[in-house]
Amino acid sequence: MKILLNNRLEEFSKEPISINEMLELKKFSFKMRIIKLNGVLIPKEKYDSTFIHEGDNVNMLYLMSGG
Amino acid sequence: MKFSEIKNHLALFRVGIAGAGGLGSNCAVALARCGVGTLVLSDFDVIEPANLNRQYYFTNQVGMFKTTALKDNIARINPDITVIAHTEKLNESNIFEIFEGCDVVVEAFDKDEMKEMLIETVQTKMPGTPVVVGSGLAGWGKSNRISYRKIDETLYVCGDESTVAGDEFPPMAPRVGMVANMQANTVVEILMKKTKDYFQT
Repeated sequence: MKILLNNRLEEFSKEPISINEMLELKKFSFKMRIIKLNGVLIPKEKYDSTFIHEGDNVNMLYLMSGG
Repeated sequence: MKFSEIKNHLALFRVGIAGAGGLGSNCAVALARCGVGTLVLSDFDVIEPANLNRQYYFTNQVGMFKTTALKDNIARINPDITVIAHTEKLNESNIFEIFEGCDVVVEAFDKDEMKEMLIETVQTKMPGTPVVVGSGLAGWGKSNRISYRKIDETLYVCGDESTVAGDEFPPMAPRVGMVANMQANTVVEILMKKTKDYFQT
């Protein structure tokens, strides 16, 4: 399936995949992040139970300490 | 557009600032200079000498609550601004009551887990309210790594999104000021596109 990840086209070999599977496949290991799926913020407790489908728009933002 | 017209437009709006440290104090001052009508500040901390390397405070304010000192400093810069200061720690349950009615909320915390909590809470409990996040500002140099990104109509991020502040990699005035002013610039951009309904309560 093809999805948009931070406005870039990404392809995965199966559909659907959970958010946690996507993070593992992409080797995104930094833990402090915000993820929005089709404009809706997904809390991290739901990364296993929320699935990404063909054509979905995923946005990710890393949160760095310092201010 | 003349500055007087810009100022009169910005005077109609209310902006929440979550945290009054390096990001929050500098962002609030920039917004006050532009004439944003009401600023809602929230912070529970007192000023320490180490804060003066980047935060908009003065030596004779050490020991004061940041909210009180920032309110004083803004009044000295632009007495037309209404400042509502909340000296308390923000959490999932008080964010809505403190920032209710704000047209934009600026995320200006230091710690990553506080940033996460604020973004999650505003995005879920105040749907439609834009959050302007600061993320990645430690160290010096690398000016071109600091950028602005609009994720969608309610989420914007300013910063390099890669540097983590620590004892060996401290936040310092130039880069913190860049991100804080980029956040203020984003707020102004959002508000300049917005019309205010005078009959809205």
